[in-house]
Amino acid sequence: MSESTVELYRRLLDGDRRAAARLITMVENADPAAREVLKSLHRHSGNAHIVGLTGSPGSGKSTIACRLAQHYRGRDASVGIICVDPTSPFTGGALLGDRVRMQELSADPDVFIRSMGSRGALGGLSVATNDVINVLDAFGKDYIIVETVGAGQVEIEVVKFSHTCVVVTMPGGGDEIQAIKAGILEIADIFVVNKADREGAMRTVADLEMMIETGPGRDEREWKTPVLTTVALEEGGMAELASVADDHWRFLRETGRLAEKTISRMKAEVVEILNLRVASAAVDLLESEGGRALLNRLADREIDPHSAAEEVLEELLGRDGGKDRPGINP
Amino acid sequence: MMERKIRVFLAKPGLDGHDRGVLIVGQALRDAGMEVIYSGLKQTPETIVEASLQEDVNVLGLSILSGAHMALIPRITELLSGQGADDLLVIAGGVIPDDDAEVLVRDYGVARVFGPGTGTADIVRYIQEKKARR
Repeated sequence: MSESTVELYRRLLDGDRRAAARLITMVENADPAAREVLKSLHRHSGNAHIVGLTGSPGSGKSTIACRLAQHYRGRDASVGIICVDPTSPFTGGALLGDRVRMQELSADPDVFIRSMGSRGALGGLSVATNDVINVLDAFGKDYIIVETVGAGQVEIEVVKFSHTCVVVTMPGGGDEIQAIKAGILEIADIFVVNKADREGAMRTVADLEMMIETGPGRDEREWKTPVLTTVALEEGGMAELASVADDHWRFLRETGRLAEKTISRMKAEVVEILNLRVASAAVDLLESEGGRALLNRLADREIDPHSAAEEVLEELLGRDGGKDRPGINP
Repeated sequence: MMERKIRVFLAKPGLDGHDRGVLIVGQALRDAGMEVIYSGLKQTPETIVEASLQEDVNVLGLSILSGAHMALIPRITELLSGQGADDLLVIAGGVIPDDDAEVLVRDYGVARVFGPGTGTADIVRYIQEKKARR
C-alpha cells in the first residue's frame, strides 16, 4: 500500500469516520488503491449483523431503517446505514434523499449514514455495496442496515449480501404482491407490512402468509418467515421487528446457518468481483489490435460469437488453459 | 474503470418553510450527472457538517431564504474548518443580499453566492469547472 493508503487504513481502524468516508468514496470510484486497503481490512470485518431492507418505493424503508437504528442505539450499539437509490441510466446522476427520513439520527455521532447511487453497472453495484459493508464492519459497526429499492434484479442481488433480509410492503398492493413473487419470496427472512393503519392491511398480511405457506417447502428446522405489521412513522411494531431480527440472528448462529451463509456470501462476492474483472480484461482484449482482428472475423461470419468468446477466454487464462496454474486445483 | 462522480450535498440550515428552489437545483445537478444528497428542511449547522463528512461530498450548497444566512453560514464554515475540511467547495443561494454575499465570500469561506434568478445551468457549469480535476 502507498503511504497515504496505509494512513487511511490506520485511521479507519482507529475509528476516524472521515477515513471511512474517504475509503467508501474510493471504493465507489473503483479506485485500485482501495482494493489494497480492502484486502487488509478483511480480517477486521465479520462482526456486524447485516440487515438488508428492500421493498417498493414509498413503502417506508427509510423510516424503518431509522427506527431500527434507534432501537439498536438504545442498546448502545453502533450503527451503519447504507442507502442505495437508483442512478438515472440516461444522465448518470442521482437524487439521494433517504436522509430526509432519518432526522432523529443526524445528531448521533455513532450512526454513520452513507447514500449511494446504483451507478448503472450491474455487477458493480453488488461489489461496491459489499465493499462498503465491509468497510463499515471493519470500522466497528455492530449493525449495518442496507436499504435498497427492490424494483430491479440488481437491488435483489444486493440484499443477498445481508444476513437478515427484510422485505417491506404496504397495504392495498394487489399487483405488488404478484410482483413480489419474483425472487423475493426466496430471499425474505422477514416480511413487513408497513403503514398498517391503512385499509387492507390485514388482507395483505393474509396474502403474504398464504404465499409463504404455498411457497418453497420448508421443514421445521428452517426459519419460518413471519409477516409483521408496523406503522413505522409512529413507532408501531418496531420493537417487535428489532426483536424478530434478533431472533433470526440467534437462529443463524445456533443452527450453524451463519457459517453456511457466510460461505455463500463470500462465494457470491468472489463471483461478482470476477464477473467485473474478467469482463473488464476481456473488453480490454477486444479493444486491442488482436481483438479488432477477431471482431472483423466475427463480422465477416468467419467465426461465431461463442467460438470468439472461447478464444478470448483461452487468451485470458493463458495458452495452456490455466491447467498448470498453482493454487487452485479443480 | 474509474468512475468519479461529483457528489453535492444541498442543505437547508435554519427555519426555511419550503424547499422548492433547492430541489429544482438538485434536479438540475442530477440531470448533469451528479449525485445529489438532500437531507430535508430545518437542519442545524452541526448535522450539516457531519453529513458532509460522512457522505464525503465535493460540494456543499447552502440554501437559505429566511435571512439568517449571516448567522448560519459562518458557523457552518467555521465547523468545517475545525474538521479540516478545507477542500470542500461551499456555495450558497437563496435570499442573500449582494453586500452580505460579498462578506461571505471574502471572510467566511464561501466560494460563490448564487442570488435569486440564477439559472440552474450556471450553477451546474460553475461546479463542473471547479471540480473538473477531482
